[in-house]
Amino acid sequence: MSAADTGGRRTYRVYRYKRGEPGWRFDMFDVPLTRTVLDGLRWIQLHLDRTLAIRHSCMHASCGTCGVQVNGREALACVTPADDLGATITVEPLANIPVLTDLVVDMREFVARFPDEIPSLRAAEQLPEATPLEGIDAYDRFEDCIECGLCLSACPVSATSDAYVGPAALAAAQRLLEEPRGADTDRVLEWADAPFAGWRCHAAFECTAACPSDVRPAERIMALRGRLGGRGATS
Amino acid sequence: MTPSAPRPARDAPHVLIIGGGGTGGALAHDLTLRGLLVTLVERGEFTSGTTGRHHGLLHSGARYAVGDHDSAVECIEENAILRRICPGSFEENDGLFVALTDEDMAYYDDFVRGCKECGIPIQELTTDEALRAEPRLNPATKGAVRVPDGTMDAMRMPLRFFATAKHHGAQLYNFMEVVGLLVHAGAVTGAAVRDHVTGTEGEISADVVVNATGPWSEKIARMAGVDVPIVPSPGVMLAVRGRLCNMVLNRMHGSGDGDIIVPQRALSVVGTSSWTVEDPDDLDVPEDHVRRMWEEGAKLIPAVSHAEFRAAWSAARPLIGSRAGDSGRELSRTFKTIDHADDGMEGFVTITGGKATTLRGMAELCGNVICAKLGIDRPSRTRTFVTLPHTAFYTDRDRRPA
Repeated sequence: MSAADTGGRRTYRVYRYKRGEPGWRFDMFDVPLTRTVLDGLRWIQLHLDRTLAIRHSCMHASCGTCGVQVNGREALACVTPADDLGATITVEPLANIPVLTDLVVDMREFVARFPDEIPSLRAAEQLPEATPLEGIDAYDRFEDCIECGLCLSACPVSATSDAYVGPAALAAAQRLLEEPRGADTDRVLEWADAPFAGWRCHAAFECTAACPSDVRPAERIMALRGRLGGRGATS
Repeated sequence: MTPSAPRPARDAPHVLIIGGGGTGGALAHDLTLRGLLVTLVERGEFTSGTTGRHHGLLHSGARYAVGDHDSAVECIEENAILRRICPGSFEENDGLFVALTDEDMAYYDDFVRGCKECGIPIQELTTDEALRAEPRLNPATKGAVRVPDGTMDAMRMPLRFFATAKHHGAQLYNFMEVVGLLVHAGAVTGAAVRDHVTGTEGEISADVVVNATGPWSEKIARMAGVDVPIVPSPGVMLAVRGRLCNMVLNRMHGSGDGDIIVPQRALSVVGTSSWTVEDPDDLDVPEDHVRRMWEEGAKLIPAVSHAEFRAAWSAARPLIGSRAGDSGRELSRTFKTIDHADDGMEGFVTITGGKATTLRGMAELCGNVICAKLGIDRPSRTRTFVTLPHTAFYTDRDRRPA
């Protein structure tokens, strides 16, 4: 629907919950068309309801804090254009992670799923013709995973099983195996070779579809299984 | 190795920090290491104001080497300290200052001299050397100088200070908004807060209240009836997909729009512009500024012009203005610690200005002012204390009062 059809405004239908309240509800807000969904939510905070709690930080899909469900799909609100989502935009917190308040989920529950400390840096895929200057062995770059939780929210298996470690942690394990940098790969394989880890995924590939940062968790889980298969079934 | 820090004594002085950006986080870390009880409140998510939104440059100081030696020296010192105390939080790929025009080249000698005077290690490169290191750099490059710039994770690097403070007993509350300051007999004695997690209101009393709210610090100061000379000064940034360079690329001339490209994860971030606003909450992203980022970025790396758009956004810097009755106790001209006792208001300190690279140094000097007020003689320990990884931020229990 074009902006002209709605007078340039949007109705935001926003999930609300405060700790101690008996239940959650949707609140409706009339909001001018903004550049992104995050801008729309911040407009609500600034002009209509300062008690609305949302997470955000970098505004360019690098920090991973503003993950929500927009019209039922996982998205980083900061890079989700508001103009092609229809007249009513429904915003809900991520699924499969406990809600602290409003659109804020408890990321401790997400981080707790990771097997070990994930390396945050790796060697860059540098331009093939680039020669790093003296004193730099290889260019560094931050990992793609921004710990946003979108993959976990989108995962149909995680929706039915709290025990499943989920796609982000398995993808992180596979990243470790790809570039161990001194990590104990046997321990990682041991952790992954369990019914609620590497073998629980149903290969729906929803995680890869949801990932805003090209981590491709589903492909990594498949690669991880290849390694587990070579190890001999111990589960 | 980082030694362990004892938890503060129960009867230690209590400091309430308002503002959960890099400055507030680093101050919470500094003060807990000095044995103080610390509570920090932030109205939104931590690092959601200015801190998390910057382009992610770990400054070498070279940007300030011509004309602002204080800033340059401060940056190169803190650059080295941060690499030590936050290992793994930086892409340590260095940076280049690139001269593209005769005008840029006219700046070259001053730039090299300025860097040397400020203790910033440099390496002068030929055009060929620069292009071998960064093949997508504009081939019209006339000269380049290598400097120890780097890329930081603008959220996770500061989060390490929050994590470390938390593990040393600091109480850190996000989504807790200050709605008023408690003032009794010429002193700030605490703050009235609204908890957006529980929807409840309450009061937090403290021996000293610190206003660490960056471009919002004038708004908070006004709650105590005092003045802070801050002008919110937003800048626009543009992120495009693709890692078009591995080093930080800067234009070799005086600070200007679109004069830097910071590679970050699989993105390249072009920054920035500058204007001033009244209200740091109400920032737009002017289209003409975004267009200028595309144009100026493409001068450094022509491939920017056909890269895929990822995001454009604004962040408000806390620009320090002048203030009637400045007492001369301001500790640096790159940031300010204001003891509002000078305004007749006890128990209230504002720390503002500065930049992400200097967050630790700002916290150390502000910590000195707070300790002096409280009659405590303990030096800062943050210069050598290796901070916990950012993931440690998520490993505690939620101690929010019901």
